[in-house]
Amino acid sequence: MINNQFLVFVKKEFAHVLRDRKTLLVLFGLPVMQILIFGFALTNEVKNASIVVLDQAKDHQSQRLIGRIGASRYFDIEGAVDDEEAIEQNLRSGKVKMALVIPSGFSYDLAHRNKAGLRIIADASDPNTANTLSNYLSSIIMDEQAELNANVPVPYTIIPEMRMLYNPQLKGVHNFVPGVMALVLMLVCVMMTAISIVREKETGTMEILLVSPFKPLLVILSKAVPYLLLSLVNVGTILLLSVFVLDLPVNGSILLLLAESTMFIITCLSIGLFISVKAQSQQTAMLISLMGMMLPTILFSGFMFPIENMPKPLQAITNIVPSRWYYIIVKSIMIKGLGFQAIWKETAILAGMAVFLTLVSLKNFKIRLE
Amino acid sequence: METVIKTHELTKRYGDFIAANAISLEVYKGEIFGFLGANGAGKTTAMRMLCGLSTPSSGSAEIAGYDIYRQTEQVKKNIGYMSQKFSLYEDLTVMENIRFFGGIYGLGSKDIRLKGQALIKQLGLESEEKKLVGSLPLGWKQKLAFSVAILHSPKIVFLDEPTGGVDPLTRRQFWDLIYEAADRGITIFVTTHYMDEAEYCGRLSIMVDGNVKALDTPSALKEQYHATSMDDVFYELARGAKRSE
Amino acid sequence: MMEAIVLDHITKTYGKEKIPAVNDVSLTVKSGELFGLIGPDGAGKTSIFRMLTTLLLPDKGSASVNGHDIVRDYRQIRNTVGYMPGKFSLYQDLSVEENLKFFATVFGTTVEKNYDLIREIYVQIEPFRKRRAGKLSGGMKQKLALCCALIHQPEVLFLDEPTTGVDPVSRKEFWEMLQRIKKKNITIMVSTPYMDEASQCDRIALIQHGNILSVETPSAVIRAYPQQLYAIRSEDIYKLMKSLRSNPLVDSCHSFGEYLHITLSEQGMRAEAALLAGLAAEGHGNVVLKEIIPGIEDCFIRLLKN
Repeated sequence: MINNQFLVFVKKEFAHVLRDRKTLLVLFGLPVMQILIFGFALTNEVKNASIVVLDQAKDHQSQRLIGRIGASRYFDIEGAVDDEEAIEQNLRSGKVKMALVIPSGFSYDLAHRNKAGLRIIADASDPNTANTLSNYLSSIIMDEQAELNANVPVPYTIIPEMRMLYNPQLKGVHNFVPGVMALVLMLVCVMMTAISIVREKETGTMEILLVSPFKPLLVILSKAVPYLLLSLVNVGTILLLSVFVLDLPVNGSILLLLAESTMFIITCLSIGLFISVKAQSQQTAMLISLMGMMLPTILFSGFMFPIENMPKPLQAITNIVPSRWYYIIVKSIMIKGLGFQAIWKETAILAGMAVFLTLVSLKNFKIRLE
Repeated sequence: METVIKTHELTKRYGDFIAANAISLEVYKGEIFGFLGANGAGKTTAMRMLCGLSTPSSGSAEIAGYDIYRQTEQVKKNIGYMSQKFSLYEDLTVMENIRFFGGIYGLGSKDIRLKGQALIKQLGLESEEKKLVGSLPLGWKQKLAFSVAILHSPKIVFLDEPTGGVDPLTRRQFWDLIYEAADRGITIFVTTHYMDEAEYCGRLSIMVDGNVKALDTPSALKEQYHATSMDDVFYELARGAKRSE
Repeated sequence: MMEAIVLDHITKTYGKEKIPAVNDVSLTVKSGELFGLIGPDGAGKTSIFRMLTTLLLPDKGSASVNGHDIVRDYRQIRNTVGYMPGKFSLYQDLSVEENLKFFATVFGTTVEKNYDLIREIYVQIEPFRKRRAGKLSGGMKQKLALCCALIHQPEVLFLDEPTTGVDPVSRKEFWEMLQRIKKKNITIMVSTPYMDEASQCDRIALIQHGNILSVETPSAVIRAYPQQLYAIRSEDIYKLMKSLRSNPLVDSCHSFGEYLHITLSEQGMRAEAALLAGLAAEGHGNVVLKEIIPGIEDCFIRLLKN
């Protein structure tokens, strides 16, 4: 009988979710929009970026290459400089985004050793732009190389050596995908669960449910199921978009990623539950979810602002933001391709939070109206 | 007799749905006019058109001599409005509410003070003058709301179910205020669910499915439908209703 | 069991100021009775319902439903009562059918098992069974809510202002349904602000500001009216009312439909004659005065004034 009750309740919750077309559209549209906005706004094509060249070779090959770069629509050659110090100055002042160093003997090396080195120095304080620009520059160099190789028996190789100034690990690149995942799950699970429970209080249906043999625990569990599934659909959408639209593959195990996402979703649901126990109106629930959850996710998860750069007290605060841990988990699996042994600590923290919040909520769940 | 509300085939359509169909009626100065109908019969729609809150689809109407299409501003200056739902600001005091609503209708501050004092005295609210309206019992709120609605001496006051949920004694005190206002020449246009209140009206109309099905004095209607009470007249008419809310 | 509902010196206050919503109320409802709580908004009706349905805890006193204590045995009560809150409390985005089925399952039963009980009501809304509850009319919503409250065959049914805001036609139908449900031996406690509905109940409690003014059968309430009541009218009822209120012969005067209801400070023919003579002298035309039997509303007004 209990199972039947549970089933009926879950069915009802699905009806609420599926019949509210507008909300549904927002729920499914949101991750797509966020991924696309973040994806294209941040890795947008860069045109006419300023660049300086230190040409130590000054031979015909180097001139050819410089000419080719200058002709491309991506780069404007700001000028030639004479030494490394000038490069440093130009980059530091922000006048240029990138510098190319062609070592002396470039043509000679190509002609006699069939390979030559190049150095690219980029201002990586804006990691996305730096990454994009060095990709552009590399591909121009590759083009040049391909042209040189057209009529020769032994291929020439130009080896560009990249140097990222100011942010050598290129932090921030593609970080937005894990960030968006945390954000979307937070929004769907926390806000929607909280609102849907509070709505029953507001419309008076909770009154009838309370005056029935129905167990409060079942009310809560059955609320969680539809949003859990909905969130998994969202995780799937985000991953598909990131793999096929943004060319960002999942380097680690997808199964592990899904399992960890489920863990995070459960944590979020328990937060939503906690809010719903405290809030009396849908507006309050929404406000608490937005102010209490969305903002910290954006500010303190390390997704927008690196945690290492924060003052100590703020760093301490980030520890209680669940999305911070999920963000680390997703980054580790998706980008670094690590396994469970690398993230068990973060997982345990999320699980602890979920258990704690659920217990507190259940203890505070009112079996009466006041 | 001076006519203060005059409508001719006033109609409101929402797509295919005719909420109010060709309503023609006349209401005279100082009259208490009851506007009855089941839920969804079109009362609120009709009343909104008369208050200038919604534009009719067709037909014409004059309120206090002003055309409801072209002279909505003048219409609004000459009417008062009170509904069960919105009456006064609960977080303002009695006097602050009076000052606010008096100000909206362009009364001078001296005028507001004099009229406000008279009103407070009439309602016996002297000791509550500085209390928040929210702390007053429902019956007092409604009486106060009515008095505020006629503070600017409008030609007509529209009352939308003003006595819902109020106890029978307060309900009668409320009607005493209505009688008094009518005696001063203010026309009362009132909707109610209490059929005994329908009997207090000089004349009344009963709407069914968007149409005015009956319009006469209570006693004439009872005679016409061979009924002993307005309850029976209403039941007889509204029973055949096809639509509701 | 003879007593279905017992309230024993129940007091309920709200807020820091401890404003009493229900003040030391004691009453008993017999099994199988249709009991009415009659009073205006804010009288404390909803608080009483919520305490009896175990949704609120009383500050003082005790109460029981079918022998189960409302605090200690709240689970048993929740299994055996039906409750229809004042606000329409069904799922607006579920259809008629879905709502019914949902509540049947919540109470661990099926629509089929108890269909007999609701059949008479349900057939009226069955043509709309696929319609969402939010799109129903006021009267139909009430019927659906009643079906949902009845679907688990409760022993006691609590209906909080089921007819408020419903037009007179639907109100009439609703009371006819209650009479039929009562025959199935279900105890019903119903509240209403409409005095004219009181006569439909077996017994009524008149309530105002959290205090019970009287608990009686409707006819006993009327019998307890201590004075002769008159209905009076003339061609100008407002003028008549003003002069009656200033007349020392008149004890009380209230408008009542097309008549004024008055009581006189002295009883008997002589007082009546004196009143009529006085009115004639004041120039009131077409004065009609007749003795009448008071209604519940007359009694309520008298109790309120005391």
